[in-house]
Amino acid sequence: MTFILRRLAALIGVLIASSFLVFAAMYAAPGSPENFLVQGRTVSPEVLEAIRAQYSLDDPFLVRFWNWLTNVLHGDFGRSLANQQDVGDLLAARLPTTLMLVTMAALIIIVLGVGFGILAGTRGGVVDKIILLGSNLGFAVPTFFAALILMSIFSVGLGWFPVFGSGDGFIDRVWHLTLPALALALPSSAVVARITRTSIREERDSEHSVMARARGVAERLVMRRHVIRNSMLPVSTIVGVHIAGLIAGSFVVEYAFTLDGIGTLLVHAVQRKDFAVVQAIAIVLVAAFGIINLLVDLFYASIDPRVKVETNR
Amino acid sequence: MLTIDNLSLTIGPDLQILREVSLAVAAGEAVGLVGESGSGKSMTLRSILHIEPEGSRVTGTITFDGVDVRGLTGEALRQMRANDVSMIAQNPHAVLNPVLPVERYLIEGMHDAQGQPTKTAKLRAGELLEQVGIDAVDRVLRSYPHQLSGGMLQRVVIAGAIAGKPRLMLADEPTTALDVTTQAEVMAILDECRHELGMAMLFVTHDLDLAAAVCDRIAVMKEGEIVEIGLPEQLRDNPQHPYTRALMESRPAGLTWTPEGGPTS
Repeated sequence: MTFILRRLAALIGVLIASSFLVFAAMYAAPGSPENFLVQGRTVSPEVLEAIRAQYSLDDPFLVRFWNWLTNVLHGDFGRSLANQQDVGDLLAARLPTTLMLVTMAALIIIVLGVGFGILAGTRGGVVDKIILLGSNLGFAVPTFFAALILMSIFSVGLGWFPVFGSGDGFIDRVWHLTLPALALALPSSAVVARITRTSIREERDSEHSVMARARGVAERLVMRRHVIRNSMLPVSTIVGVHIAGLIAGSFVVEYAFTLDGIGTLLVHAVQRKDFAVVQAIAIVLVAAFGIINLLVDLFYASIDPRVKVETNR
Repeated sequence: MLTIDNLSLTIGPDLQILREVSLAVAAGEAVGLVGESGSGKSMTLRSILHIEPEGSRVTGTITFDGVDVRGLTGEALRQMRANDVSMIAQNPHAVLNPVLPVERYLIEGMHDAQGQPTKTAKLRAGELLEQVGIDAVDRVLRSYPHQLSGGMLQRVVIAGAIAGKPRLMLADEPTTALDVTTQAEVMAILDECRHELGMAMLFVTHDLDLAAAVCDRIAVMKEGEIVEIGLPEQLRDNPQHPYTRALMESRPAGLTWTPEGGPTS
């Protein structure tokens, strides 16, 4: 319990530090919000002054950061500079698509990556070579290129999946998001399959696996209880890191498949210098990353008794 | 009972670990296999149970009760490992799966390997731990390997090794990884269990004195070959091979080993 509380406190610390960085980065970026707001029209210095006052742009940096931070803590992410909409509402409308995309991609990584890794590690021979080749391909193909190839084969060529849009309702969404999730999960699945395979190979020759065989435990049981089970320890850490990384990677895929998720929102916001939206998305990303990592650590502690003892001290 | 005949083992193209090792162990007899690290003692033991490293080429024959064990595969090999020959390895912390409690280790041996009902295995797990001198039986059963000392864990391994009442025990430096006082205790327990069950033992160690204290005969091994076999007194008083003589002279001055009291001077 203290372990969870300590980790949550650390997460809050990371969030505050990173929000400061995000805020400072936007402050330092070229271009200014008032120039965007006047949209290239020539306006009198008085009008500019009024705009700067309206958005409190003249306050000292730390004061602006503090105001923004306290608002965020109250659930108020501010208003979009571009269309005056509430940033919280903008995010809420797009979050489900991104979450679903990331969840599907995570499942694909676990099923394909870990599944093929176990298969390659335990079978060897031709199966191993084919999976190794596939993993090399998955490694080498960039996400946007995978997206294009998948689209051209399964959407344009075979017509099995839609080319764009996120769909309505659960089934339709799954159908719309299958190709994007595949494209998103491909490189990570390749890495995870590789690491799973190596981990299995190592555990297969570990002393406790060898001695279990020497004690007359059937090979099938040695595989399940000693080799696969223990090889999942390092694999779960890698899977966690990659799932957390999916959120950042989802931007490329959302853009390629024109899905209206957080990623597309971010790209538009950056193009329009919509500071409030960019900041909000950055914070949500950091929070999601932290929470996923925390979940992975909790899962790890639940499967490895050695971790519990260290945290109880 | 166990006969090793012309056993050679090569890893890779030309790394020869064993050179025509021949050795016999009679029922109930304890034979010591003494030599320095890398002399092939452990590999000889592992070859008996088919757990030599992958990619090793093994020639020669090993028979147990007249059965060619190197020819065994599948279920027959599994039965031999589960019921006839047990092994105790050097580092007990590596032998037990770190993520499973001690009780699972013992039940795995009795239920999954030997086919005893789970209920019986659970009951016997406690009895076995008492037999190897463990008092806090329930606590130890519930513990994970990292929570126990090496000495405690090696007793657990011994308990697991005698669970199936095997006729041959292969002990691979069972006390080397333990501290000195624990070494004596564990050795005494192993010796006692062996006499109680009338087990034969092939005992690998680099400690000639220790081998002399617990074994009926001793084979001295050097660079994958057995250079001399004899009674402990013979080796001590009249070593034939220069290497045996060197081993005798290199031991700590004045130290001898007794099964009851450990190292005494």
